[in-house]
Amino acid sequence: MKKTVKAELILENGVRFKGNAFGYIKETVGEVVFTTGMTGYQETLTDPSFAGQIVTMTYPLIGNYGINLEDMESRKPFLKGFVVREKCDVPNNWRCEMDIDNFLFQNKIMGLENIDTRALTRVLRDHGTMRGIITTRVDDLTPSQIKQKFDTYTNAYAVKETTIDKPYVISGRGTHLAVLDCGIKHGILRDLSKRGCKLSVFPAFTSAEEILAADPDAIFLGNGPGDPKDIPDVVETVRKLIDTGLPVLGICLGHQLISLALGCNTTRLKFGHHGGNHPVKDLKTGRVYITSQNHEFVVSDLSEDVEATFINVNDGSIEGIRHKTKPVYSVQFHPEASPGPLDTQELFDRFIKMIEEVKPHAKR
Amino acid sequence: MGTKMMATGEIMSIGKSFEAALLKGVRSLEIGQYGLERKSSKARDLETLKKRVVTPDDERLFDMAEMIRRGYKVEKICQITGMDLFFVHKIANLVEMEEELKTMKLEDFTKESLMYFKEKGFSDKAISRFVGCTPPDIYDLRKKWDIMPVFKMVDTCAGEFEAVTPYYYSSYDTENEVVVSNKKKVMVIGSGPIRIGQGIEFDYCSVHCIMALKKKGIETIIVNNNPETVSTDFDTADKLYFEPLTEEDVLNVVELEKPDGVILQFGGQTAIKLAGFFDEMHIPILGTLPEQIDEAEDREKFDAVLETLGISRPKGKGVWSVAEGIETAEKLGFPVLVRPSYVLGGQGMEITYNDDQLKMYLADAFEKDSKNPVLIDRYLSGREIEVDAICDGTDVYIPGIMEHLERAGVHSGDSISIYPPQNISDDMKHQIMDVTKKISVALKVIGMINIQFIDFKGELNIIEVNPRSSRTVPYITKVTGVPVIDIATRVMLGEKLADMGYGTGICDEPDVVAVKVPVFSTEKLPQVEVSLGPEMRSTGEVLGVGYNLENALYKGFIAAGMTIPKAGSTIIATVGNKDHEDFVKIAKRCDALGCNFIATKGTARALKEAGIECKLVKKISEGVPNIIDTIRSGVVDLIVDIPKKANNKKSDGFKIRRTAVESSVTLITAMDTFNAMVNVMEKHIDQDKLDIFDINKDMRK
Repeated sequence: MKKTVKAELILENGVRFKGNAFGYIKETVGEVVFTTGMTGYQETLTDPSFAGQIVTMTYPLIGNYGINLEDMESRKPFLKGFVVREKCDVPNNWRCEMDIDNFLFQNKIMGLENIDTRALTRVLRDHGTMRGIITTRVDDLTPSQIKQKFDTYTNAYAVKETTIDKPYVISGRGTHLAVLDCGIKHGILRDLSKRGCKLSVFPAFTSAEEILAADPDAIFLGNGPGDPKDIPDVVETVRKLIDTGLPVLGICLGHQLISLALGCNTTRLKFGHHGGNHPVKDLKTGRVYITSQNHEFVVSDLSEDVEATFINVNDGSIEGIRHKTKPVYSVQFHPEASPGPLDTQELFDRFIKMIEEVKPHAKR
Repeated sequence: MGTKMMATGEIMSIGKSFEAALLKGVRSLEIGQYGLERKSSKARDLETLKKRVVTPDDERLFDMAEMIRRGYKVEKICQITGMDLFFVHKIANLVEMEEELKTMKLEDFTKESLMYFKEKGFSDKAISRFVGCTPPDIYDLRKKWDIMPVFKMVDTCAGEFEAVTPYYYSSYDTENEVVVSNKKKVMVIGSGPIRIGQGIEFDYCSVHCIMALKKKGIETIIVNNNPETVSTDFDTADKLYFEPLTEEDVLNVVELEKPDGVILQFGGQTAIKLAGFFDEMHIPILGTLPEQIDEAEDREKFDAVLETLGISRPKGKGVWSVAEGIETAEKLGFPVLVRPSYVLGGQGMEITYNDDQLKMYLADAFEKDSKNPVLIDRYLSGREIEVDAICDGTDVYIPGIMEHLERAGVHSGDSISIYPPQNISDDMKHQIMDVTKKISVALKVIGMINIQFIDFKGELNIIEVNPRSSRTVPYITKVTGVPVIDIATRVMLGEKLADMGYGTGICDEPDVVAVKVPVFSTEKLPQVEVSLGPEMRSTGEVLGVGYNLENALYKGFIAAGMTIPKAGSTIIATVGNKDHEDFVKIAKRCDALGCNFIATKGTARALKEAGIECKLVKKISEGVPNIIDTIRSGVVDLIVDIPKKANNKKSDGFKIRRTAVESSVTLITAMDTFNAMVNVMEKHIDQDKLDIFDINKDMRK
């Protein structure tokens, strides 16, 4: 038997899972979520949308093709903890450059393995997303210590943590997009760039004026972590940008921010949508797409100006909206996949086509 | 292994890790293997192992494990096998754990370390073998420390949504997902992977048993490990446990579900093997009890039963040495039937005609296994008869008596089986009924029993009794319309035959004739003997129904992919001296039908003496072009090769038979089959004018 460091995951509802620590061994608190993707753990680890969360992989074997330097979705992992049934110590793939244990260690992320991840998933499914602590002080923390740790946890500053310090430009000869980086995945930037877009990327809390000064053809809002209601300033900026008549497009958190700016509401899902097999229906054509999703919050209570474009086939929740008159369009799911199915890649083309159609009017 | 598929069946195993799933898979194979350490691999030197792993075969996994055990580099194994490091590393993990177990004593285990081995998939049997204790020792430790598996649901959605697919597998984990009901429930043990000798027929039985139990309002639970069956569809039984059919794995399910009864009769030898263990663990078995099963399976005990009932069987004895064997055979008189003890499907069974053949067989058998006796029986060359019967303890019901077309010596699974019997007198039928009843009642059979007889010169001899459902149950169910499994299941639940409306005795026979014709896959298996013999070789069967035997056979032959010769067809014949007389009689009829013969020297002479024209062909040793070239040239429609001795890869006969199957030429290796084929030819049946039957009406009386 190999020597291991024991660790346990303590959930808010008192349920505990004992396993072994790996990666960077420390104590960590976060919102515990699960994701059902069978592959793509590297993208999951580096997806800023997971900032502040302890991510459980439902697939029982993680890390078997290792980590490479090309598939990073952001500059570093922002998640609080990583829970797996079994991590692979001997990955084997021609692209593999390091193993998952070392990757987590280097990035100071606490890992927990050898727990019944299926049982944990079922707890989260039935009870909803909860906060959790991973600690090596097994059976040692007092209830008051646990309570104190939960009480001091907040994820309200997740966007601040994941956004960039200063703006930068990805050059391109096509449509010029101003991108608001609230923790955007590189996959989205890659997909836009691939289509020839020029991307002026701004930190999340940049003012509308500053953004407009770049003279973009359209505004793009990507994914990001946390509750959109935690960043009312950004919602306000988005409202101003919509009012200019420029096309405004969004994915994931961007979709939620746009919806709030248009007077819709957002609420928390019981245990979120995290995984690569979520069916959504295009309400216009009736066609169903399998999509990659990663969100805890969902748009609800559409305002009069807004109509739904996509719904989730599993639970009927809203997966996409558009403004009835203005060039505003957003989706909750991830057309860039990374990881997941590429079924909705053409949405990027739809975005660009829409911008190109609006352009002459907007620039009038 | 190669580009041709050779497997006859498969198992599926599910675990939380690759290691656990692999070990479950290994023990599901029923090859006596509980870990990766295999005797035959251990006996090979490293160089041989290295050569062997390059070409995949059924022992590759164990050979590879053995190499790793001897310190061979994992990366190099990947290189020479083309296998991914991930898998080889996992196998290396298991080997390392096995080696660790070897250094341990029972006292060394802690709750934590035992849990570790159980999590990785090691069975109690595997652990105890490496540690040098008994499985109950480990079981007791597990009980003490409460190390019991939980069962996880296969819901295909990772637990994200609530699912209602009652389909489970065991895992040493935290949460048990099974909700145990308090309804009356019965557990049915399946038959595992499909092998020659234990085929899909047992899945038919298991599924019909489940249906019968459901009709009675009983909750049904099935345990099986074969993914290609209906019994392992998640909606066949109320609950499905996808588990190896070993004592430990099945016990885990029993301890969780606590069924009111377990049914073993429909799972072939795989399930029956568990009877003794279940008895020890005081698990209620429905139907025939383990002691009675043992009485039928144990040769000496069974002989004693027959003795008291005054029923005859071919004389025989278990022998422990070559000398004792020869002596016994001489006392019994040649030919004798020889076989190793404890085998399935007549594996390794042969008929020997003289001292030399017997000596060769025995020497070989004792070299392979000196710890068990070889059984020698007098070989009776008579008509083989088979019955499947249902007994409720007092009454016996025989849905139908089947007659085998080939005389005794051909495995019952490979012979053409005819229903209703064509050559059995009413008197003989009464005798069969009488003996079946006597044996069933004496063995206290509750449920199914299968008995094989030989009618040797008008005297009824018993050759085999299986206190369980048999290979022919689906066949007899279909051709008689008697819901055999339904009745047997109800009997096991306590109902009486007399009350069921099917009555007792033998079911009335229809006016039509049905035949079951075996189908072989030997063309796919290089270097495998193809002739009919005591060892079963067929992988499937077809059913033919007609107003008379020939019509039924015609359909059977065609369906089995055989060519029926007609005027102008060419038949190649190689027949030994002792069969010349029989052969010539049939050949004459072929000649009259306009068939042409090609034969090797001896057979050709016999044919010519009888006035049948025939072309001579060279034996293999006589140079080229010889009989092999002639077969390959595609001018031959039928090959009749009656072997003197099977399984000799160097003999001409073996090569001729292999060439026949590999060139897709119809091959007949038994005189009775040839005779039946000629009977069919003489009827000049027009394929376009065959009768079509509604099996649900025309077979019923």
